[in-house]
Amino acid sequence: MQHVSPIREPLVTGGKTYHDITEDVCRQVEAKPNIRWAAALAVALVGLAIFIYSVYRTLWYGIGEWGLNKTVGWAWDITNFVWWVGIGHAGTLISAILLLFRQKWRTSINRAAEAMTIFAVICAAMFPVLHMGRPWLAYWVLPLPNTFGSLWVNFNSPLLWDVFAISTYFSVSLVFWYIGLIPDFATIRDRATGPIARRAYSVLSMGWTGSAKAWSRYETVSLILAGLATPLVLSVHTIVSMDFATSVIPGWHTTIFPPYFVAGAIFSGFAMVLTLMIITRKVFHLEDYITLEHVESMNKVIILTGSIVGIAYTTEFFIAWYSGVEYEQYAFINRAFGPYWWAYWSMMTCNVITPQLFWVRKIRRSLTATFIISIFVNIGMWFERFVIIVTSLHRDYLPSSWAMFSPTIIDIGVYVGTIGLFFTLFLLFCKFFPVINMAEVKAILKSSSGVKHHHTSHAKSMHGTAPESNTNTPHSNE
Amino acid sequence: MALHQNLTLIHLIAMNKKFVLGIYDDEDVLLEAIENVRAAGTKIYDVFSPYPVHGIDDVLGIKRSRLPIVAFFCGLFGTSFALWMQIWMLGFDWPMIIGGKPHIAIPAFIPVTFELTVLCAAFGMVITFFIVQRLRPSLKVNVFDKRSTDDKFVMAIEVKEGVTDMNALNSLLRSNGAIEVNEKEVIK
Repeated sequence: MQHVSPIREPLVTGGKTYHDITEDVCRQVEAKPNIRWAAALAVALVGLAIFIYSVYRTLWYGIGEWGLNKTVGWAWDITNFVWWVGIGHAGTLISAILLLFRQKWRTSINRAAEAMTIFAVICAAMFPVLHMGRPWLAYWVLPLPNTFGSLWVNFNSPLLWDVFAISTYFSVSLVFWYIGLIPDFATIRDRATGPIARRAYSVLSMGWTGSAKAWSRYETVSLILAGLATPLVLSVHTIVSMDFATSVIPGWHTTIFPPYFVAGAIFSGFAMVLTLMIITRKVFHLEDYITLEHVESMNKVIILTGSIVGIAYTTEFFIAWYSGVEYEQYAFINRAFGPYWWAYWSMMTCNVITPQLFWVRKIRRSLTATFIISIFVNIGMWFERFVIIVTSLHRDYLPSSWAMFSPTIIDIGVYVGTIGLFFTLFLLFCKFFPVINMAEVKAILKSSSGVKHHHTSHAKSMHGTAPESNTNTPHSNE
Repeated sequence: MALHQNLTLIHLIAMNKKFVLGIYDDEDVLLEAIENVRAAGTKIYDVFSPYPVHGIDDVLGIKRSRLPIVAFFCGLFGTSFALWMQIWMLGFDWPMIIGGKPHIAIPAFIPVTFELTVLCAAFGMVITFFIVQRLRPSLKVNVFDKRSTDDKFVMAIEVKEGVTDMNALNSLLRSNGAIEVNEKEVIK
């Protein structure tokens, strides 16, 4: 059927059976909340409270509460928007693109990564909506018949493309995630003892029985959704980059932006997946499912995308000089050596230098090092967007309008608040939803657990039996 | 198993169906059993598994799903609708000069057209999937054996009163690796 290399590490360790997978994943859904989870939720709720207060101030007093001025009209808001959308992209990459490439290691992380996508896009959407100033008129961005004559929205504007891209991305990701959850909800339903849990998961599982025909259609739907989500995710960040690239601001008006933004998005998204997964596996004891092999695979994606981003920074700088355009050259010199030099060099250090440490196998396979570097990448990618947006705007063609940007406490509050919102949603997900896609992990178990199952006498069961050397010894360094 | 208790409880109702359930605990044994059971001339009602078993479509004779075709036509609808909408709105209903571009600036319409294509294809296919698979929020679920969403593979064979030889069926399933053979009645 298929060949599995003898040197490939097992993806599920600890000699698990199908029932063990059900038990391990359902445990935290069924058990009472553990104290570490409750403590984390309490911290996240403080963040959420900060968010609500900052949004209240923004709505009540207007966006004058933010540090924006006439020169720098986009700053933390759009930086945060792009940062969150970018983070979301790793979830789709893991669930869709790696599905098309038949990468089995995605199965135990795709559920949480997709949840991350959905929550990150929710956080991202807050910023452009709040930046409108009057969010209750947000529906004006839709092409609705209206009373202003029949004045329609401007389909030539990348900001409108964004409306369509982000909303399509959110809804398709949500559907993809939900389709994957249905069989796992059915598993929880069939184990549920309490009447509330049984009813809730009955409704959520939509009457799923796991019949052969249902699975056949389910697989077709997953594959086609993956095929649709792949160009979709690339289009979303392409369109986000066009918000900048189609304008004539020096430092923005470049054709390199779409691929550069997509690589950056995947880079930051994988960093966030790593940050979340390293904590989740520890808190919920999922070390046998999210193994060092998974961490290493993700770190390899980080090296690749981090290097692409590094090349993009260099290319940008080179082209600015090579173009011979005075304004473009100044924009880049100003980025690196102007008043925002610290932001530029933070970006360079976090995004270009730190991920290169992953060339060393020891660092790539160290959880502590990975966790620290993933935080560096998260920070670096925030600075990247800040550098692109603020340094390009603050000194434009007219020196008389040059200005600096500094955030207000409300700016900081909205940003920190969305982190609170994100973690509130993510922690609720961890408690009430299966964090690992049980059905998919069971499907790869026989070929990827490194354990020889009984019935190997059947000729057909020979796909992917691992050699004896691969029997599972617990990883000592976890 | 509590199955036998259920069986007596619902025995009085006339409109019910009786099934024999072969329980398996390995996908490859299951696949071979399906082939042998079908070769023996027994019709399999359905097979339930905790995950998609590769190769089961072939041995059960399940045809390829036509959902991709649905997705294609829904996507095509999305493309046409988006193009019509943009061309009509900006080209005919309220033409305006924006940035010196032509009223009908096709390259600028590509992003929205693409997004609506994906949106319509995805939602059209998923809604169709829910309809044909009869997936809807419901409190009543007819699962033959609850272990089939956990770690067991369940082969259900419908019993025709007076036609099916129960003993032969039992031994056919067991000789093909079933770890248990149960009976279950379902009210229709």
